[in-house]
Amino acid sequence: MDAVFLSRLQFGLTAFFHFIFPPLTIGLATLIAIMEYFFWRRREEIYDKMVRFWFKIFAILFAVGVATGITMEFQFGTNWSEYSKFVGDIFGAPLAAEGVFAFFLESTFVGLLLFGRDKISPNMRFLSSVLVALGSTMSAFWIIVANSWQQTPVAFKIEGGRAILTDFSAAIFNPSTLPRFFHTVDAAYITGAFFVMGISAYYLLKGKNVEIGRKSLKTALIFALLAVLVQFALGHSHSVQVGNTQPAKMAAFEGLWESTAYAPLNIIGFPDTQNEVTHLSIGVPGFLSWMLHGDVNATVPGLKAFAPNERPMIQASFWSYRLMIMAAGWFAFLVAWGTYLLVRGRLYNNRFFLYAAFVSMLMPVLVNELGWMAAEFGRQPWIVYGLLKTNAAASPLPAYQILLTIMLFVLVYSGLLAAVFYLIRREVQRALGERFDKPDNADTFPSHTLGR
Amino acid sequence: MDLNTIWFLLVGVLITGYAILDGFDLGVGSLYLLLGSTEEDKQILLHSIGPFWDGNEVWLLTGAGAIFAAFPLVYASVFSGFYLAMMLVLFALILRAVSVELREQAESLKWRRRLDIMFSLGSFLPALLFGVAMGNIARGIPLDAAHNYTGGFFHLLNPYALLLGLVGLFAFLLQGSSYVLLKTAGQLQNRARSYFTRIWTAFVALYVLATLYTYATVPALFTNYDRYPWLYLVPLLIPAGLVVAPLMVKAARHGWTFVATSAIMAGLIGTLGLGMFPNLVPALEPGLSLTIYNASSSPLTLKTMLIIALIGVPIVLFYTIYVYRVFRGKVDVNTSGY
Repeated sequence: MDAVFLSRLQFGLTAFFHFIFPPLTIGLATLIAIMEYFFWRRREEIYDKMVRFWFKIFAILFAVGVATGITMEFQFGTNWSEYSKFVGDIFGAPLAAEGVFAFFLESTFVGLLLFGRDKISPNMRFLSSVLVALGSTMSAFWIIVANSWQQTPVAFKIEGGRAILTDFSAAIFNPSTLPRFFHTVDAAYITGAFFVMGISAYYLLKGKNVEIGRKSLKTALIFALLAVLVQFALGHSHSVQVGNTQPAKMAAFEGLWESTAYAPLNIIGFPDTQNEVTHLSIGVPGFLSWMLHGDVNATVPGLKAFAPNERPMIQASFWSYRLMIMAAGWFAFLVAWGTYLLVRGRLYNNRFFLYAAFVSMLMPVLVNELGWMAAEFGRQPWIVYGLLKTNAAASPLPAYQILLTIMLFVLVYSGLLAAVFYLIRREVQRALGERFDKPDNADTFPSHTLGR
Repeated sequence: MDLNTIWFLLVGVLITGYAILDGFDLGVGSLYLLLGSTEEDKQILLHSIGPFWDGNEVWLLTGAGAIFAAFPLVYASVFSGFYLAMMLVLFALILRAVSVELREQAESLKWRRRLDIMFSLGSFLPALLFGVAMGNIARGIPLDAAHNYTGGFFHLLNPYALLLGLVGLFAFLLQGSSYVLLKTAGQLQNRARSYFTRIWTAFVALYVLATLYTYATVPALFTNYDRYPWLYLVPLLIPAGLVVAPLMVKAARHGWTFVATSAIMAGLIGTLGLGMFPNLVPALEPGLSLTIYNASSSPLTLKTMLIIALIGVPIVLFYTIYVYRVFRGKVDVNTSGY
């Protein structure tokens, strides 16, 4: 196995694992800030209980996000040194800015709220939770700035084999930054909201911890409804941007082989890379041309317009994009159903809905991964679109060392996942009023002194 | 002073900030099994670093980000060259993060013991390896014309680097024990005091040995000092801190003890940094060294980053100090946590 493949595999695995957490924490932090707002204004104890409960779960997810995030930042240097040399002049700044403007803010105030919520004034408490939400959102901004520059590089000149910055704000606000930032953050809102809905539905199904369950379900549902509605517009604008700035990626998303006027928007199909056709393709005629260019007769370039060695990973891009959109349909249905029940006053006792919300709890997490995969597979074979190919970007490492660390990552991250699952399940069960497992009485520190 | 020099100093400040802040929680973690003899003591130790360790690790992230942005060739060479060592630090930090969280949830004694070991190992390894990495860089590493590291993993484990690893480790332990003195009382504080004295003695011996060893084998580190003797003010922080710290322990002025050990930490990093200037990564073959000029980003990037730092860092310091003030005084385990 060659070192480039192994470094790609390792980056893919660690990015996949890391990206489970940030959308959850961004969404949860925002919802918690909303709950804190209600507590701050209305002083109803229920909101205080909600905040304390959800913040514990948030803190677990946050710590794992931090730990796995350090891996991501180190890997550009450890595994992609040629890439780092090439882009360092531009790519490093947003990473450093993330630390200074976002990550310090988030982690400092998470620590304050986790250990000092009762030491600070109500105003400070509300402000802190807003700062946590703001920090996590700004963190997403800077990371997406960095990745967007890889997708749509601008404001640089090539000097001595390196990309040199010519205009900072143009590089920050490159053509894909804002569409991708809004799309990703809104996806994070949906993720956080579905997570809260799922656990709340679980309580209502069990008929325990009902007070927190109801209020949380309602808050999260309204939030999810807004986020899903907005996402239709944001997802659309991101697609249009991809069609305009990364035509090869769009052709792969749509399984479009021939450059055509009156190009259809594909609903389903089966791309065949051997024969360069998409079988059983069903689409809305002319819609893709109209969507990208506002004109049904506009020509959309197909995959054949690109040399075979400059085409994206077609199957992977096509299917991850398609599954993401199909899942969006389910999310829209679920929130519409929930909203209907809420209006009719039957939200809290419709068991079908509660069950559906419970099983859909982590679906947005997977869909975020699909979106990310669509973006990254669709950019291949480039690591910086049109400038540097992925296979020229890796560190000159012996393959066995990477294989060794991949095995360790699989081992450690499996343990990490098990730990996260155990911890969250425990918090959820604790609020159910049941002990999750029997305490070991031999040497148990009295739990009341820990303020539980 | 040109932009490259300013960034050399700023990266130094970030590394120093990291060493002082994550230094105390890595130090507490490394001493955890020795100091925490009862469950209550362990809880106090964990709570003493609870609100801060995550934020302290952000200094590492920001430091790495700043090196990437300001000196990308250093970031590329060192991170890929020290591949296995870097990964070892990463795994240690990950295990440490998880064990802190799981520790408070675990109810069976068996799991608590396991997590205690994971936590202290996850603190100890980085505390040792950072010094080893510094030692290798200070001494110079084999680089080829493309600035790629050509030595293997075991090349990193040379006697000089290992000695500096021990100096670093004991500096972290000193920092950790002075933090425990500051944040605890009673039995636990007494134990920390007796460890502080022993760590202090060992550190003094290691520091003297390392200085002599450096003088004998890496004379290049002294050239800047020979040219500008006033630079010796920075290394002087170390003996000054070493004199003041035990006096402050005796006077029970633990805030000042912590200031003194922090000064030692800053002195160590400053000593090496000023000795290396303008090299960032000296190569064994001097012509191939990475310097603040041949490894840096463009002036535009350095200038932009400077503006970001000038806006951002004061804000960060402002709220960091605020949060430390909220938690000032002895640890109170009756607050919530994970």
